[in-house]
Amino acid sequence: MRKGLYFKFILILLLAGAVFYIALPAGSKISLKWARINFEKQFKLNLGLDLQGGTHLVYEGNLKDIPQDARADAMNSARDVIERRVNAFGVSEPLVQVSGTDRIIIELPGVKDIDEAIKLIGQTPFLEFRVENPNPPEVTPDVNGEVTISADQAFIPTGLTGKEFKRASLEFDQRTGVPQISLQFDAEGTKKFADITQRNIGKRVAIFLDGQILSAPTVQTAITDGRAVITGQFTVQEAKELVTRLNSGALPVPIKLIQQQNVGATLGLASVQKSVAAGLIGFAIIALFMIVYYRLPGLLAVIALSIYTALSIALFKVFGITFTLAGIAGFILSIGMAVDANILIFERLKEELRKGRTLEQAVEEGFKRAWLSVRDSNFSSLITTFILGYFGSSIIRGFAITLSIGIIVSMFTAITLTRTFLRLLVGHNLLVHHWLYGVPKMSEES
Amino acid sequence: MLNIIKHYKFWFLVSGVALAISIAALIAFGLNFGIDFNGGTLTQVKFGDNVPSAAEIRGFLGDSNFGDLVVQPAGERSAIVRTPPMEKKEHDRLLQVLGDKYGLVEEEQFTSIGPVIGRELRSSAMLQLIVVSFGIIFYIAYAFRKVSKPVSSWKFGIAAIVALVHDLMIVIGVFAILGRFLHVEIDSLFITALLTVLGFSVHDTIVVFDRIRENLRISGGLPLSEIISNSINQTLVRSINTSLTVIFVLLALLLFGGETIRWFVLALLVGITAGTYSSIFIASPLLLVWHNWQRRRSG
Repeated sequence: MRKGLYFKFILILLLAGAVFYIALPAGSKISLKWARINFEKQFKLNLGLDLQGGTHLVYEGNLKDIPQDARADAMNSARDVIERRVNAFGVSEPLVQVSGTDRIIIELPGVKDIDEAIKLIGQTPFLEFRVENPNPPEVTPDVNGEVTISADQAFIPTGLTGKEFKRASLEFDQRTGVPQISLQFDAEGTKKFADITQRNIGKRVAIFLDGQILSAPTVQTAITDGRAVITGQFTVQEAKELVTRLNSGALPVPIKLIQQQNVGATLGLASVQKSVAAGLIGFAIIALFMIVYYRLPGLLAVIALSIYTALSIALFKVFGITFTLAGIAGFILSIGMAVDANILIFERLKEELRKGRTLEQAVEEGFKRAWLSVRDSNFSSLITTFILGYFGSSIIRGFAITLSIGIIVSMFTAITLTRTFLRLLVGHNLLVHHWLYGVPKMSEES
Repeated sequence: MLNIIKHYKFWFLVSGVALAISIAALIAFGLNFGIDFNGGTLTQVKFGDNVPSAAEIRGFLGDSNFGDLVVQPAGERSAIVRTPPMEKKEHDRLLQVLGDKYGLVEEEQFTSIGPVIGRELRSSAMLQLIVVSFGIIFYIAYAFRKVSKPVSSWKFGIAAIVALVHDLMIVIGVFAILGRFLHVEIDSLFITALLTVLGFSVHDTIVVFDRIRENLRISGGLPLSEIISNSINQTLVRSINTSLTVIFVLLALLLFGGETIRWFVLALLVGITAGTYSSIFIASPLLLVWHNWQRRRSG
């Protein structure tokens, strides 16, 4: 029994050392390279956009033209396209995810210029190949005897679009050095393109981008290898941008911005500082209260509470949980609730002491009897946090996750840690004076 | 030893008055739903040396044809402007005219929410409240399943829910009043606060109920009123101490935690105070009153 207790105590010390190290605010690194194990991990706290500053965008996809069973795929490929565009923008650690059936959430840490980001995400390069309209609309010559016909009327769509090519690349004409864009179609596109060129030898095939005609070369021979070249009046810069846009793909569904949030980095930093200050002050008050009111057990609870705080932060880091402002509030609140288990236990302990039990019996009884209360009350809180986490929006989820981790960890620290500490003291016949437990007198050790 | 049970009519009256005020405030003022629910924009700007008052900004923006908007100070040198949904162009013009008139240091925050999101949030908030309430009733009924005499286990669940509705109503009432007089808005953080209060309130009530459960088992011979009264007294110190530690933490957050979460923390503070009160003075006496009422009816 005592041996087991010491073993537990040493385990707790080791655990405490590890979690305090991981929880260090400066960030910490664990490497097992020295033991020839390929493991190295940098632990740092992920801060949400409201704390580090950044842009949060929610888009709604218009799915009305897409069959029911293809919607999930369409949203996922829209997500991929947006992600490529965002990556091209050079944001560190962007987050692009599909939410629900028709939403895409984009988080861009540190992006100051929200307009630029929105422009980049929302643009829909729509490339399509058209052939000459066999029945051009009747037109009458104007006063100068010239005929104007819009490109839209002159050419009709073929069904071959930017979806059917593999990649675009920038090339230069070998004779003139003029930049041009080379397209490589995928299998489907190659077939379509071969077919189109076959049927239109001697006629023009027009390439349209976003409804604007880029070029309309005349087909010399059928092209069956799936390659096409767009020559237009491009500067090198324009050609390069176009290649990037084409490669990043067209969006499979039209999207609309329905929510945006932009937080400046300074405001975020101020929020972090204020929350940390509030947390420290709150912790100090709790510590003072516990020690003054419960004396020795209170002091042990405060030690357990410090380990609790470090352990929770370490878990947030290890699982990469994103900390938001609401999340910090949830965490600080959980510190307050974490002491509840200890208060329950200590009240029981005092009660048992007053009934005339020895300290050792009182400690065991106190823990045993308080356990049901601790379990049931924390379980009902956990039910709440799980439901919040499941149905809630991202802000609420952040709050629910930190609070539920807090509740689970607190049950462990309040019960296992405090009990081990108390048992050790009691077993040593050390520190058994009644004053230390806040009761008028105590039965002698039997 | 406090005899809470004996004076239960008094405590019910206190709660009844608080509830009546809350409901009256809710009916008279309604809730001031923010942009999270109605859609709209929120712009937080920081001024340079010349910091205009909120009223001044509102007057100036009104003159500049911005229509319906709310301006609130935020911190020492910042202000928050809330408007109904508006186009990007209007938002740019807002920044432009404010910058020209007062000189802006930066736009600290900008949020724009479409009306679709707001509608969804309302229905999901309702869904959450309902699901959480049922989850709790069932959990309590399950945890207290071995208790059947003289109080059946689901009565514990219902009494806990009554206490909980009481706590939530008081928070909602306080925010109806704050919304009317200080333009405090109901946002998604407020819903989070409500749900947290709900969890905490039940947490608190369960601790008292747990004691009643235990005392019913070990001293089943005593009259129910005495058992409940003893249980409340035995858990009183714990209830107060737990709430105190949480309240300390919340006070620290309220005073030092910054603007963004101020009303969120206040909602928690009001709710948790009400929750502590109701677990002691409402939930447990209710068990007894219900029990007696049923006994009278049946015999």
